[in-house]
Amino acid sequence: MDTTLGMSTAVDDNLTLPPATDTAAAPRIDCRNIKVFYGETEAIHDVSMAFPDRAVTALIGPSGCGKSTFLRCLNRMNDTIENCRVEGEILMDGENINDADVDPVLLRSRVGMVFQKPNPFPKSIYDNIAYGPRIHGLANGREDLDAIVEKSLRRAGLWDEVKDRLAAPGTGLSGGQQQRLCIARAIAVQPEVILMDEPCSALDPIATARIEELIDELRNRYCIVIVTHSMQQAARVSQRTAFFHLGNLVELGDTSQIFTNPREKRTEDYITGRFG
Amino acid sequence: MSKKPGALTTSAASAKHLKRRRAADGRFRYYGLSAIVVALGALAVLAVTIGSQAMSAASYHVVSYEVTLDPAVIAPEGASRPEDISRNVDGFYSLVRDNLLNTFPEAGADRNSRREVSDFVTRLAVLPTARLVAGNPELIGSRISVTAPLNDDLDLYLKGIGVRERKIRAGAISSVEPAPEGAFQVSGAGAFNGLLAGLTVANEGRKDDAVQLDVLLTSGVSTGRLTEISADTAHLELLTGRVADFTESAPTARIIQSAESERTISNKQIAWTLALQDMGRIKRAPRWTLLTNSDSTYPELAGGLSAIVGSLLTMLVTALVAMPVGILAAVYLEEFAPRNRVTEFIEVNINNLAAVPSIVFGLLGAALFINFIGMPRSAPLVGGLVLALMTFPVVIIASRAALKSVPPSVRAGALAVGASQMQTVFHHVVPLAAPGILTGAILGMARALGETAPLLLIGMVAFVGDVPKSPMDESTVMPVLIFSWSNNAERAWEPLTAAMIVILLAFLLLMNGLVVFLRRKYERRW
Repeated sequence: MDTTLGMSTAVDDNLTLPPATDTAAAPRIDCRNIKVFYGETEAIHDVSMAFPDRAVTALIGPSGCGKSTFLRCLNRMNDTIENCRVEGEILMDGENINDADVDPVLLRSRVGMVFQKPNPFPKSIYDNIAYGPRIHGLANGREDLDAIVEKSLRRAGLWDEVKDRLAAPGTGLSGGQQQRLCIARAIAVQPEVILMDEPCSALDPIATARIEELIDELRNRYCIVIVTHSMQQAARVSQRTAFFHLGNLVELGDTSQIFTNPREKRTEDYITGRFG
Repeated sequence: MSKKPGALTTSAASAKHLKRRRAADGRFRYYGLSAIVVALGALAVLAVTIGSQAMSAASYHVVSYEVTLDPAVIAPEGASRPEDISRNVDGFYSLVRDNLLNTFPEAGADRNSRREVSDFVTRLAVLPTARLVAGNPELIGSRISVTAPLNDDLDLYLKGIGVRERKIRAGAISSVEPAPEGAFQVSGAGAFNGLLAGLTVANEGRKDDAVQLDVLLTSGVSTGRLTEISADTAHLELLTGRVADFTESAPTARIIQSAESERTISNKQIAWTLALQDMGRIKRAPRWTLLTNSDSTYPELAGGLSAIVGSLLTMLVTALVAMPVGILAAVYLEEFAPRNRVTEFIEVNINNLAAVPSIVFGLLGAALFINFIGMPRSAPLVGGLVLALMTFPVVIIASRAALKSVPPSVRAGALAVGASQMQTVFHHVVPLAAPGILTGAILGMARALGETAPLLLIGMVAFVGDVPKSPMDESTVMPVLIFSWSNNAERAWEPLTAAMIVILLAFLLLMNGLVVFLRRKYERRW
């Protein structure tokens, strides 16, 4: 996906991160021998893969294949599920995030997440964005906070639609707007990685297209990992694609290669719609 | 349902089936409707009986007395400080009694009559006047009007509750003839035809003819008791007033349906009451003392203030203990506690605790707080703690239900932006659950407000004449006061009890209204 779709006007160039390059850089996250257990059941079997920076990696596969579980390993959201145990190393900047002395709260401020169903807080639009920076002490005073809120909403392509009603409740927005609000909320704490768990599955095609444009914008600055059920979406937004089946990583490669020339039989069967 | 099978009914069998199903639907609807009708009917009966009883206690009769505040009586030498005056109930009472004796000179004749006239007003009823004068010493020596509630039995008589009587107007009296020893006879052509007919009716329903019915003939301030009667002439015994009054206006006859020995009020007391009423000295006034007076052994003086304040203090203690403990326990159990055997055991036992009979908590309170820790008996502090023990399982259960109803996506959203678990819970989950938590807490408190049994066991049933000033003072609460009053023998307590119940219900409605208000105001949807 080389085409740059149109929201560049909305993006503020005065950013903390260096400007983007098109080439995929060194891996942002490197997972080694990940196993996930729910109680006695092993849900992910020994998966190793790396996620490049400034690129979108799509995780595809049939329902129940473990792609969401794997995604949730990356910001340790699995910690909040009882009986869930993760084994293996996940390296970020050479540090294993599964180490006992890594604070999951700090980790989650570096690895943001967007969920399947838009889940804005039942607060105002402003407070939705400002909540993260506030609890992490990212803003010095009201003006700073205002600037962060505006910047995040601009990057999420929502600023022009909501700038006049920042005090209105976030739950009053449309589904697509809510999802972009959730993306803005994730951006506001200045993460390096954004995880998206089927971010468009609850949205109509127009809102979906809008989110996809946004994802394409955001990959210039972040490492993005997206779980999706739609192979068309994976093909449209991602540069790398990983195919999961029954808890195994079946195939990982450039998106174009996976969709045009899969090495594995199972991958081919899946993307051609023979099962799933 | 005997319609011809149409396009939609395929066969006779299915039509029959359909008919049965519709009949079952209809029956179910009738059952539901009749259940609601029964419930509403019961509620209406309750409201009407308690309401009508309470209505008669909403007002009472007060008598005014014009008295001169004689310094020799109310502030004698050596007892003239304000504190002494306010405590000099006897002095003020003697002023009022002397006023009555002056109004009814015949009452001074013998000991019995003096007692009967003294019953008109309770000694303690002059206390407000004593306090007023103590606060304004310049009133001493002047002439003031003292109002005091009428004796409860006479009050009921005037309300037509205590003693059953038939009122019959007699015809005009043309002549009055005095006879020796207070007896006299009044005559008028056909004046007593109505009364004779009434007497016949009244005597028919009676089983024992041994006791003569009392008939009182009243004209103006004067009343006589009938001793003999014919159509034109009545022989009377003067109870109060002047014989001459009977020629001035047609007298009213009262056939009292019970003998004097069976009543709590005598013929003379009735006569004096009617006289005071004719003088315009008896007024029916709203009974604010029900809210401003404390408990008393005299129904005409009794009020619920000490119990209301006691209830408020008790509820304060209950709220301060049960709400934080219950809510924090619920938050911990729901959001932080690991799911294992221990927490399961705790959960089951909290549910069990909610089902424990309240009197058991009273026993626990008596054993633990009073006997072991040594807290004061009858104090709102102990009552509040006992009720808190009783309330807090309810608060926990309601709060957990409210916390459970917060969608997990809110928690996930907060955790994903890097909020700690504590921040997630206190910034997002608890505020969203707050209306539900408060609803449960207030309903639990409302239940505690109406609770009697456990408080009996910790001694809050004691007679409390003073308004408690702190949670450590002796006190009682509204439901216990209702319980105590309902045990009293005198007739006048019955409407008072009903009135107190209405006040308690008003407080409960107020709390339930608060619940509805909080729900409406803070309920948020997501």
